[in-house]
Amino acid sequence: MDWNLLITQLMNGLQLGLLLFLLASGLTLIFGIMDFINLSHGSFYMIGAYFCGSIVAYTGSFLLGIVIGLAGVFIVGALVEWFIARKLYREDHLDHVLVTFGLILIFDTLVHLLWGASGMAIPLPDILNGQLTLGELVLPTYRLLIIFAGLLVAAILYVLVSKTRLGMLIRAGASNRGMVEALGININRLFLVVFALGAAMAGLAGMLIAPITEASIGMGNDIIIIAFVVVIVGGIGSVKGAFYAALMIGLIDTMSRSYLDLLLQLAMPSNYAETAAPALSAMLVYILMAGVLAFRPQGLFPPAGMK
Amino acid sequence: MNWLPASVSGRSYAALLLVLAAAPFIFEWINQPFYLDLLSRALILGIAAVSLNLILGFGGMVSLGHAAYIGIGAYCVGIPSYYDYYNGWLHLALALSVSASFALVTGAISLRTKGVYFIMITMAFSQMVYFTFLSLEEYGADDGLVIYSRSEFPEWLNMDSSTSLYYWIFAVLLLALFFTHRLVHARFGRVIVGAKFNEQRMQSLGFNTYRYRLACYVISAMICSVAGMLFGNFAGFISPDIMGWARSGELIFMVIIGGVATLFGPLVGTIVFVLLEEFLSAITVYWHLIFGILLVALVLFGKGGIHGWLSRLDRKGADHG
Repeated sequence: MDWNLLITQLMNGLQLGLLLFLLASGLTLIFGIMDFINLSHGSFYMIGAYFCGSIVAYTGSFLLGIVIGLAGVFIVGALVEWFIARKLYREDHLDHVLVTFGLILIFDTLVHLLWGASGMAIPLPDILNGQLTLGELVLPTYRLLIIFAGLLVAAILYVLVSKTRLGMLIRAGASNRGMVEALGININRLFLVVFALGAAMAGLAGMLIAPITEASIGMGNDIIIIAFVVVIVGGIGSVKGAFYAALMIGLIDTMSRSYLDLLLQLAMPSNYAETAAPALSAMLVYILMAGVLAFRPQGLFPPAGMK
Repeated sequence: MNWLPASVSGRSYAALLLVLAAAPFIFEWINQPFYLDLLSRALILGIAAVSLNLILGFGGMVSLGHAAYIGIGAYCVGIPSYYDYYNGWLHLALALSVSASFALVTGAISLRTKGVYFIMITMAFSQMVYFTFLSLEEYGADDGLVIYSRSEFPEWLNMDSSTSLYYWIFAVLLLALFFTHRLVHARFGRVIVGAKFNEQRMQSLGFNTYRYRLACYVISAMICSVAGMLFGNFAGFISPDIMGWARSGELIFMVIIGGVATLFGPLVGTIVFVLLEEFLSAITVYWHLIFGILLVALVLFGKGGIHGWLSRLDRKGADHG
């Protein structure tokens, strides 16, 4: 067994998991508190990447790209909430699916209009482009940074949600929206902040991944579906659930892609295993979600007080 | 003139069916064979939209995975053809039975959930189908599969020319519409619609709503698989792309443009969708923007879709007369 490969894959899984968490934490709050299905959450991921890329190209500073980019995505998220989402919270889920599907088309085309059809590479500063050598192990610095940033955001979010007044309102909103309103809280402002914060976190995920994959149109449309799987598996409205589920799914997805064929070879001839493994590993997260939905529909870690 | 449908919407739909029936002759007359292709594609998607409407509109089951059944139907033509089995009855039987079994199993699990969870679980199952075909290297994986010859039927039923294929599609569409109409007005349909509005009441009346819904889900999937089978024949090339989740989203869009839970709404919606897509994309590469704005505006301001507008015309007429 190649231990170096195993550790690299573990790191990749962790990285994917933390990116998924950045997407899913906002999604699960928007879902849980406003009862709003936002298929276009992946657009914020894409917009974040493009904002960051443009600012890096203009100023040459990656840090500035992230900071200004975050503010930009926050504003875009707030605008979407203000002009569109707000009007639909009390409507049918079908309307949410349609409107946010329309928003995906709008955002994808706007990016096409503004930045062109080809992708946008984001250069990393030299300091982040290096490698860290631990004995025989070689770890790219930037991947470590992604993992660190993801854990940092998770920690900040934990403090925000469990220690602050805003967090108290968020938790209260996720378990009983009507009661929060009845207690005289300005629910519209709370919704606006949660939506825009969620958008900014999705944008951050996009900014972090873009230097590796480059920013491209529709980059959010595949990962958002997996983020939804995370939300469902973790339990709608639960940030803690989103965290555990994101790490679990990130690891399952990455590990099954590299090791499932070996595992299957124990049970079947190797040529069958080689054919079946890619299909099965791509399906694994959906099988997990279907299983959770069928046997524990409230998710693995539902927020307290949720029906 | 008693034989004319009384309402504006009824007359419009009757006129639409007449135009569709005469379409191949019209297009030949104005020498625009391309339009027949366009209309064939629209009607195939129309069949799929009619089938989706059965669960989504009448049954209130919002499936974000219906495109999977188009894919299943299409591959039930593609894979036998790959092994040189061109018998059309075989293709049809395969499409119906495979889609029915898949819908029975996944529907039985999905229908234990409601609302958002149903949307997500149907999406999950369709993604599984999508990834299965995406990884089948033997059948082209993401490069797709070319179907060299159309399904073979007896001489009088063949679909070899584009006109005969068009009439095949038109006939299946009419059957689907007629079947939907009969189903919705039968006791079965009353239970399905009743369960959408008040499930507990239907249950207290003694109906096992779960079973009715499951049957409805399977029927809808089978109709949709025929659309897929026709699509495989029409396009001559299929790839997993036809069943991605965005395709399922488009199908919902088509049903909504036309008007949910109406007989002709999904058909009209699909034709409008395909025509818009065709003409907007000819004007500008940025046509998705216009499309997206239309979609958002439709939900925010246009309740009831095209059927809603037509019925409002009816009501206005009634007020004046």
